[in-house]
Amino acid sequence: MCRDFCDEKEVTNFYDVGQMGIEHALLPEKGLVVCGDAVIGADSHTCTYGALGAFSTGIGSTDMACGMATGKTWFKVPSAIKFELKGSLNKYVTGKDVILHIIGMIGVDGALYRSMEFTGEGLHNLSVSDRLCMANMAIEAGAKNGIFEVDEKTLEYVKEHSKREPKVYKADDDAEYDETYVIDLSEIKPTVAFPHLPENTHTVDEIDEIKIDQVVIGSCTNGRLEDLEIAAEIMQGKKVAKNVRAIIIPATQKIYLEAMEKGYLKTFIEAGAVVSTPTCGPCLGGHMGILAEGERAVATTNRNFVGRMGHVDSEIYLASPAVAAASAITGKISEAKEVM
Amino acid sequence: MKFEGKVIKYGDNVDTDVIIPARYLNTSDKKELSAHCMEDPDADFTKKVQAGDIMVAGFNFGCGSSREHAPIAIKESGISLVIAKSFARIFYRNSINIGLAILECPEAVDAIEDGHTVEADLDKGVITDKTTGKEFKTEPFPEFIQNIITNGGLVESIKNGSFK
Repeated sequence: MCRDFCDEKEVTNFYDVGQMGIEHALLPEKGLVVCGDAVIGADSHTCTYGALGAFSTGIGSTDMACGMATGKTWFKVPSAIKFELKGSLNKYVTGKDVILHIIGMIGVDGALYRSMEFTGEGLHNLSVSDRLCMANMAIEAGAKNGIFEVDEKTLEYVKEHSKREPKVYKADDDAEYDETYVIDLSEIKPTVAFPHLPENTHTVDEIDEIKIDQVVIGSCTNGRLEDLEIAAEIMQGKKVAKNVRAIIIPATQKIYLEAMEKGYLKTFIEAGAVVSTPTCGPCLGGHMGILAEGERAVATTNRNFVGRMGHVDSEIYLASPAVAAASAITGKISEAKEVM
Repeated sequence: MKFEGKVIKYGDNVDTDVIIPARYLNTSDKKELSAHCMEDPDADFTKKVQAGDIMVAGFNFGCGSSREHAPIAIKESGISLVIAKSFARIFYRNSINIGLAILECPEAVDAIEDGHTVEADLDKGVITDKTTGKEFKTEPFPEFIQNIITNGGLVESIKNGSFK
């Protein structure tokens, strides 16, 4: 049906099997989103593109169809919460740990209907990949969108991926915020969200032994090259623990190819992990790692709701690629420094 | 628009994965979707729900996916209205677009209990717990949203030119 529709409407940006990837990794990679765009998408994680200084938000399929037909949609202008970042992240701590920390702090409806604005000098120390991961999970705090102030790194990324001219918007000097949080990135520790809500966060250093059956590294949240790089660094020369299934899913064909060329896939396969072609797969309980009753997974995905990845009595622990990779090696929830 | 029905009550953060699990999303058939509505947290839901019943829930109702299957499954199950302390924003829009009536009223949710009979007047924004006799006021929808609803959803509103 999709192919017929794209043929009929002469849709240029249709990516069939062989070119496809997970939407929110693929669109920035293809340069389809640049700073200053207003983007709607029929997937809740459309908020990802806020990392590039775009206003970007998820909607349902009726809204999408009407948006495509008319070029218009309606919005209530959201109030905003400001996250002022300072300092820089420690080794093996990533954007995922920061956003899990924030959701743990404000709750799954802490930003309901509102915009999460990320700014501050610490922002410059975050990679575009980290920013994409953080903006991706703004919806997990209930936000309408998450948006990052544009800096040199953003402009460099956009220039590298798109021919379109970016438009840079800045917050007004006298902008009003509902709340302001100052986040010192150097204080963020490897963080995990326990079942069954992304707000149930704990730092890895404070938890007891939690044995696991599966590790998933991938998804629109953490399936980018940088995510695979950190996982490969941690898994290099080691073996996946007995009775653990480690599933690695590069988010796009390009990432898949680059991970192959850089030797990451070899590292994963030699460690005893399986590598899949790009797919959302297990994140929403689709395929490639559906959990059985009582099973536990550490996943770099974005939701750990009841039954999300399989059986109603299975459990998902959300974590960074570094924590997921380390956990795959030890067979229990672990941070990278335990295996390095 | 007025509704009256028996209440089925749930807690906070009822997410789209429990409203309709992704394992059933390989269909767009409304009846098939509604047959699995809420089955993970409440296996009896489809057996006990009757046409016109009102779902009452806590904060952040419908959080998670943008799938319209979620409000469609609820509507098709026979639920006439969802009253929650708050709604996740995509679910809120989807409900309006597909014609599932919703109301936000934290006070009513705190007071209304499972099994109560409730009446709601959407135009006036008044919710009455007929079991206890208590009345609650809530904000009615802004006019342009009311127009979308009275025109039968967003698609119809665009077709007949009322949405500009």
